[in-house]
Amino acid sequence: MSIALENISRRAALKTLGIASGLVVAAPIFAKGVRAEAMGTAGQLENSAYLTIDPDGTVHIFIHRVEMGQGSRTGLPQIIADELEADWSRIVFEPAFGDRKFGDQNTDGSTSIRKFYDAFRAAGAGARHMLEQAAANQWGVAASDVEAKNHRVHNKVTGASEDFSAFVKAASKLKAPAGEALKLKSKPDWKLIGKPVRNIYMKDIVTGSSTFGQDVRREGMLFAVAARPPVVGGKVTSYDKGAAMAVKGVVDVVELPELSLPASFKPLGGVAVLATNTWAAMKGREALEAQFEGGQNSTYDTTEYEKTLWASIDGADTTHLNRGDAAAAIEAADKVVSADYFVAHQHHMTMEPPAATAEWQGEDLKMWVCCQDPQSVQQTVAGFVGKKPDEIYVEATLLGGAFGRKSKPDFAAEAAILAKHAKKPVKMVWTREDDVHHGYYHTIAAQRVTAGLTGAGKVTAWKHKAAYPSIGGTFNPAADGPGSFELGLGLLDLPFEVENLRVDAGSAKAHARIGWLRSVANIQQAFATGSFVDELAQESGKSTVDMWMELIGSDRQMNPTEDMPNLMQGEQRSSYSNYGEQLDRHPVDTARLKAALRKVADMSGYGKKMPKGRGMGISVHRSFVSYVACAMEVEVSDGGALKVHNAWMAVDCGVAVNPDRVKAQMEGAVVFALSHALHGEITFENGAVVQGNFDGYPVCRIDEAPHVETVILESDHVPGGVGEPGVPPVAPALANAIFAATGKRIRRLPVKDQLIA
Amino acid sequence: MDFKLNGQTVSFDGDGEMPLLWYLRDLAGMTGTKFGCGAGLCGACTVHVDGMAARSCQTWMEDVAGTEVTTIEGLGDGDTLHALQIAWAENDVPQCGYCQSGQIMQAASLLKDNPNPTDADIDQAMYGNICRCGTYQRIKKAIRDVASGKVKGGQL
Repeated sequence: MSIALENISRRAALKTLGIASGLVVAAPIFAKGVRAEAMGTAGQLENSAYLTIDPDGTVHIFIHRVEMGQGSRTGLPQIIADELEADWSRIVFEPAFGDRKFGDQNTDGSTSIRKFYDAFRAAGAGARHMLEQAAANQWGVAASDVEAKNHRVHNKVTGASEDFSAFVKAASKLKAPAGEALKLKSKPDWKLIGKPVRNIYMKDIVTGSSTFGQDVRREGMLFAVAARPPVVGGKVTSYDKGAAMAVKGVVDVVELPELSLPASFKPLGGVAVLATNTWAAMKGREALEAQFEGGQNSTYDTTEYEKTLWASIDGADTTHLNRGDAAAAIEAADKVVSADYFVAHQHHMTMEPPAATAEWQGEDLKMWVCCQDPQSVQQTVAGFVGKKPDEIYVEATLLGGAFGRKSKPDFAAEAAILAKHAKKPVKMVWTREDDVHHGYYHTIAAQRVTAGLTGAGKVTAWKHKAAYPSIGGTFNPAADGPGSFELGLGLLDLPFEVENLRVDAGSAKAHARIGWLRSVANIQQAFATGSFVDELAQESGKSTVDMWMELIGSDRQMNPTEDMPNLMQGEQRSSYSNYGEQLDRHPVDTARLKAALRKVADMSGYGKKMPKGRGMGISVHRSFVSYVACAMEVEVSDGGALKVHNAWMAVDCGVAVNPDRVKAQMEGAVVFALSHALHGEITFENGAVVQGNFDGYPVCRIDEAPHVETVILESDHVPGGVGEPGVPPVAPALANAIFAATGKRIRRLPVKDQLIA
Repeated sequence: MDFKLNGQTVSFDGDGEMPLLWYLRDLAGMTGTKFGCGAGLCGACTVHVDGMAARSCQTWMEDVAGTEVTTIEGLGDGDTLHALQIAWAENDVPQCGYCQSGQIMQAASLLKDNPNPTDADIDQAMYGNICRCGTYQRIKKAIRDVASGKVKGGQL
């Protein structure tokens, strides 16, 4: 184990944690590895930023990642506690505030477990070693003669045992183990890793006592809502302050700073109404009758823009991946198949609309935000209130869903600005309409896939074109069309052993705030790929599973960069990011991909004969370094009414730290992906979003949710992502199932009324 | 005007057009009842008014006078939780948890009226409660576990 630990028990920094004394163990994690050194301490053991043990044996685990339903705040402590041999009931789960000492806190990209698994194991194991060493010293035996088990250290020579608390003070004066001395538990000894441990917030949730961003309360607080420009970059032209002030409970009307594009994470501007309760603030906002002008994005119209995208597809010529000569191979093919796929803008639609609370205590600013990244809140807020990021205390509350929306802290900056103005705590409340009108939308995407086949149905060429506005456009107005970081989510790593393979991108400028949404560009790219494989299977008279297997080819570990031309995108060379992981740690492994597909085919009985009107579809996709296959069974009535009966998910995410949460994420991914595939469409007219609430942007309700069966493939591989990888294979499996049931090919998402006869 | 909130008599003399939701969350400081849509479309704010499930965002304070309102905070009996709360935990229903107060309140109303609901009854009763995390299949299972008597009220 190469992770170095740090005993930082004496550090002044501990005071900020509110910890008086004990043992504290730190394994600070940075993107490229783990740092550690040893320091002594008085009383308390601290061997990482994540773990301290009080003299009475109480273990505090600082969970630096946020909880939005994905289960990380249960899974991460499982890892530490298992290695520590801690008693789960003697752990205090400390929600972390924003602080660079914790390393990356951006809870996004399905990273919490996969990026911190090693560090959390090391932190727990390191503290265990220190307690064992302290016990060995006290008993005058070799360290190998003692063993920590369930919060006690046992003396293997005498048979005596004592609680951890007996050794905390002595352990806190020891050096943290380094290098070979740090020994992790082996799999058969795991007690918590790989077990379905219950959500640590369960009781709070079922009794209504958990605190989400919308629930934060501070003494003497005001409640704010705002009227914001409906077009990104628009400005307020007029509003009736007097009318708003006349509403009982309204105490102030405050203009928010105008947005200067690019939008990035900045607040959108507009006018805020502050009141003694949310209802009064909402009524005050109505009374404002605020008027706006649109600015440069006011002509954005999604119906028109779709035509622009197809024109861009026709001319797409920025080549990101090139193997062989796809154009020539298609020219020479016995048969050519081509299909166009379109995916509309989607919205996160978190159950909890965004909310943030700010409170100034003299010059100190404290915030409680349903944010995915408290450090990003610090960074964003700082410039608007004249503080340094590190000076702002930001606590991430529980998040009532996030899906990527709450990694953009525009709403937090609003709260900080208003609280500074009001000299009182302010909660910025976004309503549902605010959320829908002012989102960071999933992009709007056109793709054309063309294949060349031999007479025997062997695919000789795959040519994939994509055109959609990049997330980069939210930050950089020069961004034009998909970036390689987006194409890398399923296209640069197309797992096909096809001789001639090419991925081209077309230009597409953004006219709205484009953001990442659960599984990001994998959504449209897995839809096109998974649908087209099914189309090729139909065209060549093969089963879809056989077509996948032929296309994937041999068992191998791919290096997508080998087929990437030395393409410069502005200053940046096109590259394959592999979800931020090294390829040797997380290869693109075709054997794992095929195994997931085989498993889901077995589970679902894929290929069996179905009654009239019923059909099954199947797809598979690697994302966030995990492998998920989905099969789906649908029924379509003569009139076109669709019922999704069953979904089967096979997931290989490496070690599943909490298998029940992995299953829950797969169940949730099916419903989430179905919601968008069936219904999800944000449209723009005159630069503004047309939809406003769950009526305009419907999502799956209980009657539309299929039964989901999940199998986790047993694996000793280091953990991959879980929160997002379930989403991508669902939409193609659905479209393929609809084709099997009806013969109608869905090439446009959402499905909406395409099936209605 | 007066009404009963989780068994306690409370008075209100403010804006009669204020939705019960905002009275509960902002004035009474009871945030277990969640704000999801403000339009009666998502069910996150579900409470019981005189024993019937109601969307508190669509229930005006002037209509609450003289009624008995129960929220998620008052569903159990002190430390003894309602069987549905236990079943929710045993089935590991929640993901983010935000919609679950409303889901549980809706389910409690269903079981009170119909102790042995069919799957179609469950779909119909729970149709108005959205869960974006997609916990629906576990919600159904938890409701069935209570209906069948497999799970009873108790402590967590």
